[in-house]
Amino acid sequence: MDEEAAKKLIVETLEKKKGKSKFYLKDFYKMLPDEKSRTVKNLVNKMVQEGMLEYWSSGSTTLYGLKGVGKQAGAEHEE
Amino acid sequence: MEFKHKTPLLDQLETGPWPSFVTDIKQEAESRKKNEKNIEYQIPVDCCEDLLGVLELSYVHKRTHWKHGGIVGVFGYGGGVIGRYCDQPEMFPGVAHFHTLRVNQPAGHFYTTEYLEKLCDLWERRGSGLTNMHGSTGDIIFLGTTTEQLEEIFYEMTHNLDQDLGGSGSNLRTPSDCMGESMCEFACYDTQALCYDLTMEYQDELHRPAFPYKFKFKFDGCPNCCVASIARADLSFIGIWRDDIRIDQEAVKAYVGGELVPNAGAHAGRDWGKFDIQKEVIDLCPTKCMRWDGEKLEINNPECTRCMHCINVMPRALRIGNDRGVCLLAGAKAPILHGAQMSTLIVPFMKVEEPYDEIKELIEKLWDWWMEEGLNRERLGELMKRQGFQKLLEVTGLKPIPQMIQEPRSNPYIFWKEEEVPGGFKRDIKEFRKYHQR
Repeated sequence: MDEEAAKKLIVETLEKKKGKSKFYLKDFYKMLPDEKSRTVKNLVNKMVQEGMLEYWSSGSTTLYGLKGVGKQAGAEHEE
Repeated sequence: MEFKHKTPLLDQLETGPWPSFVTDIKQEAESRKKNEKNIEYQIPVDCCEDLLGVLELSYVHKRTHWKHGGIVGVFGYGGGVIGRYCDQPEMFPGVAHFHTLRVNQPAGHFYTTEYLEKLCDLWERRGSGLTNMHGSTGDIIFLGTTTEQLEEIFYEMTHNLDQDLGGSGSNLRTPSDCMGESMCEFACYDTQALCYDLTMEYQDELHRPAFPYKFKFKFDGCPNCCVASIARADLSFIGIWRDDIRIDQEAVKAYVGGELVPNAGAHAGRDWGKFDIQKEVIDLCPTKCMRWDGEKLEINNPECTRCMHCINVMPRALRIGNDRGVCLLAGAKAPILHGAQMSTLIVPFMKVEEPYDEIKELIEKLWDWWMEEGLNRERLGELMKRQGFQKLLEVTGLKPIPQMIQEPRSNPYIFWKEEEVPGGFKRDIKEFRKYHQR
């Protein structure tokens, strides 16, 4: 799958998810089953750089979500 | 000095015989209040006072007032910053955000005082001034700053101090090592060189989440394991030698005769009586591979497990061998999902030679397996338990060898596959019955 199509698929899949806004890296592997896990990892991190996704980390584990969806900085007393 | 909040419960912690973190925080709170160096504080000047206040409140309520999670780093990084937010920001505005930064420590924890001063100056101006030297990860930990300061700190660190952030989250964590050959005669390889090389090689994994959970490399120069890699690292590198321990018989006699002090004088604070080589060395050898006849010390080297005890006790008389390298162990972790686990030996000896291709090849095979098969928040050691050691051997291409077995007959994890057995598993039952009754 070409990169743009993969990005589109990821965004569409995440937009359809209800009640959950943060996802493990493995959840993205399932969205692109034919791609190698390392390729998916690189793509997802690239999408963060491009501002489509954002990280959420507990300190020990990192999750990903659509930018601006779910509990955000605004809820954490920030501008 | 009078502080913003009364802290009777914390004050009590200062009365014990030990150094107190409460005293440390008060010291910084006082220094910020006085500001004798005229620092232009970029975060609330009273953040340390509010930190004491929120901690006192936690002692009163017997519950935490910290929320964690969220922000992960600076632009381009997916680790290095751990978001901390106070759930009583009106009461304690100085710590409304109080993020932690992990700073990649120099290899072997070597730094100059000039460098330390620069780090501290930066952190006093743009953070709370409180540090943790070093965190259990090994990093230099900066405790407490606001979101707005993160990019500023990162810019100053990278541009003025040549200093990078460390790892956090589902990243490769900051690789950590002992001082190695720089100061220690027991070091079997250059821990700092290997630590630095792998840190640079795996920058992407260190700064951007790549894994189901955290992954740690730790490098010990010898089996004394000063950085406790065997207990803490997903991949432990422990220096080892495969030839014989070198013995200086004259020095052995000097220890026995009392001219040399055992353990290089480490236990000299108390009179333990005359050094008894039989009781303190020979009888304590775990494999009983040593003999002392009053004149000569002998070691049956093939039986030696490299426990280091005899070398530690008589460092002038016994020295590590000359054919040195590293052994690799995988899967240590602290207790979270399963209990605590020590690393399991996977490679008993490997030469450590630049550019470390053999080591990198093994690391990448392990990562490919774990990235593919590891469950969310599952460490490598847990995957090894769940799918079995044999699976690890398959994915790494390592051959099963006796050194991998911890205890004979208790962990026989090697199963033969049909294609590995000459003739396979099929047999002619009639032929078999000729020799064996039903």
